[in-house]
Amino acid sequence: MTEPAERPAADETVPAGVQSPNGTGPVGDPPPLVTPPADTVPGEVVLRLTDVVKTFPGVRALDGVQLEVRAGEVHCLLGQNGAGKSTLIKVLSGAHQPDSGQVEWLGEPVSFGNPQAAMKAGIATIYQELDLVEDLSVAENAFLGHEPRQLGFVRRGYMARQTREILARLGHPEIPPRRMVRSLPSAGKQIVSMARALSHEARLIIMDEPSAVLAHDEVGNLFRIIRELTAQGIAVIYISHRMEEIREIGDRVTVLKDGRTTAANLPARSTPTRDLVSRMTGRTIEYVFPDRPAETPAAEKLLEVRELSREGEFADVSLTVHAGEIVGIAGLVGSGRSELLETIFGARRASTGTVSMAGRQVRPGSVGAAVRAGMGMAPEERKSQALLLGEPIYRNVTLATFTRWARLGFTDAGRERAEANEVADRLELRPLDVRRPVRTLSGGNQQKVVVGRWLLGGTKLLLLDEPTRGVDVGARAELYQVIRALAARGVGVLLVSSEVPEVLGLADRVLVMREGRVVHEAPAGELDEDTVLDLVMAGSLMEGAPA
Amino acid sequence: MTERTETAAPAGAAPPADRPSPVSPAPAGAPVHKGAGTPGNGTGRWSGDAGESFRRNLGLVGVLVVLIVIGIVTRPDLYSDMNWVGDNIMSILTLASVVGVVTVGMTFVIIGGGIDLSVGAIVALAGVWSTTVATQSYGAGGMIFTAVVVAVCVGLVNGFLISYGRLVPFIATLAMLVAARGLAAEISDKQTQVSNNATINGIASNDVLGIPVLVFILAGVVAAGWVLLNRTTFGRRTVAVGGNPEAARLAGINVRRHSMLLYALSGLCCGIAAIMLTAQANSAQAAMANLYELDAIAAAIIGGTLLSGGRGTIVGSLLGVIIFATITNLFAINGLSTEAQNMVKGGIIVAAVLVQQFRFKSLTQLLARNKLRSTN
Repeated sequence: MTEPAERPAADETVPAGVQSPNGTGPVGDPPPLVTPPADTVPGEVVLRLTDVVKTFPGVRALDGVQLEVRAGEVHCLLGQNGAGKSTLIKVLSGAHQPDSGQVEWLGEPVSFGNPQAAMKAGIATIYQELDLVEDLSVAENAFLGHEPRQLGFVRRGYMARQTREILARLGHPEIPPRRMVRSLPSAGKQIVSMARALSHEARLIIMDEPSAVLAHDEVGNLFRIIRELTAQGIAVIYISHRMEEIREIGDRVTVLKDGRTTAANLPARSTPTRDLVSRMTGRTIEYVFPDRPAETPAAEKLLEVRELSREGEFADVSLTVHAGEIVGIAGLVGSGRSELLETIFGARRASTGTVSMAGRQVRPGSVGAAVRAGMGMAPEERKSQALLLGEPIYRNVTLATFTRWARLGFTDAGRERAEANEVADRLELRPLDVRRPVRTLSGGNQQKVVVGRWLLGGTKLLLLDEPTRGVDVGARAELYQVIRALAARGVGVLLVSSEVPEVLGLADRVLVMREGRVVHEAPAGELDEDTVLDLVMAGSLMEGAPA
Repeated sequence: MTERTETAAPAGAAPPADRPSPVSPAPAGAPVHKGAGTPGNGTGRWSGDAGESFRRNLGLVGVLVVLIVIGIVTRPDLYSDMNWVGDNIMSILTLASVVGVVTVGMTFVIIGGGIDLSVGAIVALAGVWSTTVATQSYGAGGMIFTAVVVAVCVGLVNGFLISYGRLVPFIATLAMLVAARGLAAEISDKQTQVSNNATINGIASNDVLGIPVLVFILAGVVAAGWVLLNRTTFGRRTVAVGGNPEAARLAGINVRRHSMLLYALSGLCCGIAAIMLTAQANSAQAAMANLYELDAIAAAIIGGTLLSGGRGTIVGSLLGVIIFATITNLFAINGLSTEAQNMVKGGIIVAAVLVQQFRFKSLTQLLARNKLRSTN
């Protein structure tokens, strides 16, 4: 498996019916998928997905996915955040059931009702956040749920021997099977996860960003193990954002975008990076962004962050946000962007550095101080971090302000409802009845409630973390309008989003974060999506591409 | 973008005529919804969790009615005497009074996302401390003051350990349960301390307008608890902290301080209960108020308080306490053993929680279905 063979693509099963970007696709899209040149991949097809669709309320997470995996190959899945990779993994591992489409496993159509069924069939998944029981031993974790038993007793000795054998197969005979998993470093834990997969005699191992938890030199070891696994005929689905890894370990690449396969079975080593990126980014949905104001007058500095660091999360971040300005931060999950936002807001305590509002330093590590200084934040996880789902809309809107209208500790429900009504009006919240429980609202309207909370009580700076996650297209455009309108009234906005077009379309100025550092800063107009993606993805896209 | 007519209509535009909308097609910019949400068509169903709580409480009243009917059927001889009926109602309420006061505090703690296993022990400690010879020498005022201060302080210690020491509430209050009873035994030297104060003892024996003072105290605490939960910032914080602590924190609420205050409030209720119980027995001892924590938790849960926090009502808890007292009374007037009575109580706790789960499930299913319908 070295060079792409000159073989004709005849036997290369590119799934039929791979759709072109939908009919309304805007001009300038990459051309619809064509059968890519074949890469020689030995082995029979073990897994084939045809037109798999999975919808959640309000989201079409998978919208016709094609995938073909062969025995002994490393098949890479590429796609931006929200492209549907995670949902796809969950479908494959039996955690979700597809709404339609076919999953063929070893030539037979299958439907896994639960993760156990998938595992039994030989599909093992190694999640990014390893799902090990920390207080059980290595052997107990490897055989969790299917311990070798005799008369109801676990055969501990036998289990340990089997585990030792598997660990040897993985090239790590030095890990003691009876060691507590808690005491292992993360690389060791990953080995245990793989041992679990092998204990099930997995024929397909799905690895979700396995390198994310590893130090640089450990990645090489991971690759060695993957090569040994594939040499034994095991297929691997490898998910990573890091291009150089895909180039190094991958055989073929399938690209997902907006829940669809936009390219299947591209040769991992020889496909030009430009092609891969354009398949990942070519938009089928045009977001409508509000116009930027013609020229921004030199406004006063509102937020000033100086050399802010938090151990292990981000380092030496300096940035400013002016009144009326929208500053966007682009970066992958894990680049430190959400942590940065929470630290500025005082929800986390910085190791070093300062945060100032309008020239005055804000007490670190105190949300109360940040709110008093005029900050407001819409956190990443709307439901778990921002809303009281069972409480009425108006109480959610006034959650940060109800004490201000209270007299002698008694709340003023009438005033609260009136204020909430005004917010609901301004944000075009639907339905308008502010006494409904928040959980009856759609995702977009829930987000409006979270943003609306900070329209009350004179917030000067709004920190938005993934404001449009799980929000449908129509509501997105409205949220963009709301955010722009706020800026027009002099509110500063610091926006974090995984979606590069959102950052580029909405922000006036863009910071790119990678691995905890700001690597680039420029006015949004001077950047395009490809450039930002290059910067976001370890900057290796250029070097990785063959000349 | 063409399909966005429904969701992205510009402000003030007339809503589609074919569906009822709380917003009248008023001219743009006009205050459209004074009184929005006054049920147009079926919006009453969505009047929030308050409606849900109300329905649940109605169900509890139904249970109470059933219990009374059982009483009438099994002892028609007693129920034919109206004087007896009046006395019996008062004895049920008196029976409910002490646990009822403790349950109000417990309800706050549970709504706030915690649990307080130490309430019985706090009652005992406060009771014992307020009946030492030295304390009694300060008179009724001194005894009440001591009971309340001791109980609030113990509550504050609980709260401090949980909020700032980051102990799990279960563990912290379990430790306090053991420790406070130990201290109570130490102070009382394991003796029963007789209360010689006529004012204190009178709390249990006196009536006002034919209603025992203990029942007035219960009513007062319940009323204060209701106002505190539903009308004050303290109550709102309690719901927020218990319902979603992270959201509360990110909205600028001092979650730790508030949790600590909740345990102090529970302590306050225990202090009041200690005086009531001392008055009833004319004495205090380290073993008093045994297992009150379980009665209070059970009553709160039957009353619809969510053990995971964020939801609960004072009225529900009160009904829970009264239901328990009525069962005890039912068994007493029929001359049945307390053993059988405890089994019935256990069954009722399980049944109440099962019914709630079932309701919650059907509610979420209803929501899901409704959502589907509205998106189609």
